[in-house]
Amino acid sequence: MVLNRRIIVTVLVLIALALLPVLLGGAPFYIGVVARAMILAIAAISLNLILGYGNMFSFGHAVYIGIGAYTVGIFAHYDIFNGFIQWPVGLAVSALIALLFGAISLRTKGVYFIMITMALAQMMYFLGLSLDKYGADDGLVIYTRSEFAGLIDLEDHVTLYYVVFGFLLLTVLGMARLINSRFGLVIRATKFNEARMRALGFPVGRYKLTAFVLAGTICGLAGLLLGNFTNFVNPDMMHWTRSGELIFMVVLGGMGSVFGPIFGAITFLLLEEFLSDLTEHWQIVFGPFLILVVLFARGGIDGLLGRKDRSDD
Amino acid sequence: MTEPLLQVDSLIKRFGGLVATDQLSLDILPGEVHAVIGPNGAGKTTFIAQLAGELRPDAGTIHFKGRNITRLDPAQRSQRGLARSFQITSIFSGLTVEDNVALAVQAHAGHSFRFWRDARVDPSLREPAAATLQRVGLGNRRDGLAGNLAHGEQRQLELAMALATEPSLLLLDEPAAGMGADETERMVGLLQALKGTVAILLVEHDMNAVFALADRISVLVNGSCIATGTPEAIRNDDDVRRAYLGEDA
Repeated sequence: MVLNRRIIVTVLVLIALALLPVLLGGAPFYIGVVARAMILAIAAISLNLILGYGNMFSFGHAVYIGIGAYTVGIFAHYDIFNGFIQWPVGLAVSALIALLFGAISLRTKGVYFIMITMALAQMMYFLGLSLDKYGADDGLVIYTRSEFAGLIDLEDHVTLYYVVFGFLLLTVLGMARLINSRFGLVIRATKFNEARMRALGFPVGRYKLTAFVLAGTICGLAGLLLGNFTNFVNPDMMHWTRSGELIFMVVLGGMGSVFGPIFGAITFLLLEEFLSDLTEHWQIVFGPFLILVVLFARGGIDGLLGRKDRSDD
Repeated sequence: MTEPLLQVDSLIKRFGGLVATDQLSLDILPGEVHAVIGPNGAGKTTFIAQLAGELRPDAGTIHFKGRNITRLDPAQRSQRGLARSFQITSIFSGLTVEDNVALAVQAHAGHSFRFWRDARVDPSLREPAAATLQRVGLGNRRDGLAGNLAHGEQRQLELAMALATEPSLLLLDEPAAGMGADETERMVGLLQALKGTVAILLVEHDMNAVFALADRISVLVNGSCIATGTPEAIRNDDDVRRAYLGEDA
């Protein structure tokens, strides 16, 4: 591995993330912004698996954030705070919904796939709106975060920060391994030529569905973290515009790159914070910015850092 | 007589009013190179697509190694030893040349639900891939992006991918399509070297290549087979001359 600009920047970003609470001396606001960025980075990494590597353009990925967060919220609503119950259930439900939605949407391709994933996600959004018991459009306040038998105290915001950071590292490491594994190469090759993969003897559908479920489950993890972090869940988390933001993060950071979604998520949230301080119509600036990125920096941030070609990770 | 490797019986495929494959029957013997020729629109590519499983015939059966494979999908047929190359180059352009072939090896090395180990350094995939690339003359291009190969080299890669699945029957859809004379000659040489190791069904427009390679030739006109025989017999067949080579040939 050559020590190039891309690797240096990546390592520096990771070190900065690791040291941030120390550097900021525990200033809750900024730690919060970055923790949130890291949670969304986990979601964006999971989306990148199917979007960037697999060319499955899901426009409903935020649903799994909602499922994870609602799991924490609904359990807490019934005074069940045990994370060892909440978290496995949240991941399992995410996987099941992804299995169902994937089995339906992967029958289609191209723009139809986009529309169906979006429609299924909107269905969940409206389901959330209709759940009067769980706050409908007001959502649920999560007064108590997940408890892990006293092992970890998520109520402490620095601890929560490092839990998020730990999961981010795990996700990145897992993804770095995954994309060069046999499974990962199948997904990546399918992106280039699905008919060829079938002719080579791969039952392509199974692999795509597995990737879809994997992505949904990892995104469910991001949802569990987000519910804990914001102490709050509402249907808005599943709205299609949220899914669109995840796509922005992936594109901004660099599709089909391991670290790209982290750059994308951090940049996205920092821009959002910074621009919304200047004007409440911050999206007027943000929109054109994204168009410029798509037009002139197709590899996203990771591309600008010198990721050369598509076979790079 | 030897048992045929592939047996096609009364295959019919219609697209609306057009009968693309019309009562087509054909046998391929183990190890033979069987060329299918015919004028444009004779239904050659449609025929290959049905053999490979991408198109379902409306009627008729296909038997491979004595088993009925008419209802199997392309992946299942590939697993039984049927490989194909595509008329339009079909490679994974964003992966390396070796990745392309290693995937073909991987397709026939058990399931790919393996999520952790680095497949790019797995000798059980990489060594056969490298050997196959050597065989088709791409040994020194392994690490380049497949998309950066010259057209002729991409055709060679296409062949390597089909070979790496260790098929007993290769369906080659115009392997020399778009090639210059030199490249065509090299491709013919490659296929010549394969003769006897694997049965080949060859669809090709270059008649020099066909007559140099084929043990038997079938002539397709309007979706049905009007003659099958040795190159010599086909050359002298009156029906073939009339239908294919032109009235005054």
